[in-house]
Amino acid sequence: MSQWKNFTKGFIKENPVFVLFLGLCPTLGTTNSAINGIGMGLATTFVLVMSNLVVSLIARLIPDKVRIPSYIVIIASFVTIVDLIMKAFLNNPGPNFEPSLYDQLGIFIPLIVVNCIVLGRAEAFASKNSVMTSLIDGFGIGMGFTFALLLLGSVREILGSGSIFNIKFIQGDGILLFVSPPGAFLALGFLIMLMNKLSRKIS
Amino acid sequence: MEYVLIIISAVFVNNIVLTKFLGICPFIGVSNKVDTAIGMSGAVTFVMVIATIVTYIIQHYILVPIGISFMQTITFILVIASLVQLVEIILKKVSPALYQALGIFLPLITTNCAILGVAILAVQKDYNLIESVFFAIGHAIGFGLALITFSGIREQLELADIPKGMRGVPIAFIIAGLMAMAFAGFTGMVK
Repeated sequence: MSQWKNFTKGFIKENPVFVLFLGLCPTLGTTNSAINGIGMGLATTFVLVMSNLVVSLIARLIPDKVRIPSYIVIIASFVTIVDLIMKAFLNNPGPNFEPSLYDQLGIFIPLIVVNCIVLGRAEAFASKNSVMTSLIDGFGIGMGFTFALLLLGSVREILGSGSIFNIKFIQGDGILLFVSPPGAFLALGFLIMLMNKLSRKIS
Repeated sequence: MEYVLIIISAVFVNNIVLTKFLGICPFIGVSNKVDTAIGMSGAVTFVMVIATIVTYIIQHYILVPIGISFMQTITFILVIASLVQLVEIILKKVSPALYQALGIFLPLITTNCAILGVAILAVQKDYNLIESVFFAIGHAIGFGLALITFSGIREQLELADIPKGMRGVPIAFIIAGLMAMAFAGFTGMVK
């Protein structure tokens, strides 16, 4: 498999959200706007790349029996790093006192540690492949995840608040249902249906 | 009264699956049959309450006194992972019948974000031990309620004539959306 294919597989063919249905909790919980979606996606990508890097480096040193707990400790360390970095730099309230990105993502930042995508890639890919391949894999899958969150976040923000990246293009409110929890389920259901249809047409 | 409010708020108003989006993976994954849904809810209730008690003790008697509460994520996930194993071993020995019923679901629970989520939320909300226990019980009941009713609907759905593209996961999400709408009706009941 070429490195380019290794990178791009996360977008359509092995998209963690639309095809593998992994990491659905942050997908639904943090996509009430496009910016929140990107923030969550990038935080997860960082953890994914770093944990893939470390796991592929030390996979041969870890005894098979304590493999999973060791991976969890590695992942949890990087999640703590992301949490502290975001608390330090992305914690300023907006101009109209809207909550900061750190507050908006809230509990979903520590919960990256139980995101099945991260542990799944460490176990299924990074522990068996070279450092470079694992790095590209982590980055590709992370970007695929970010792409899915951005797509869902944009759809919900456009329909729900009539804006994109906080730039309003209609007067007044949108269809408020789509920024509230039920809208997350509905929007994701229809997006998965569309993606199924698209990927069937491509292949 | 205070405890009743915590439970009602956790079951209906802030339902963990339908308004907080925690534990979606088992919600979609093991909701094909009512029987498995009941087993999963039982296992989640069991582990969620024990995990919340243990993490409460660790947070307030170890992490805070020695000033390393930034280690929360690492400690909690390790404690929950080993707790699940421990529960599995003890159940096998003490109550084989219960182990038979819950056994296959226990390993899945380690990566159920609802468990870690409730443990962290209980700490964030500054609950005392008894409040934390009621908080965990309420969220576990809420999880069971959502999962079991959802699996009931999905069982009926197998007989329905659904458009081809919507079959499987997409229609499950639409139904979850409609259920979330119903639960949104409880908003504001408890502050």
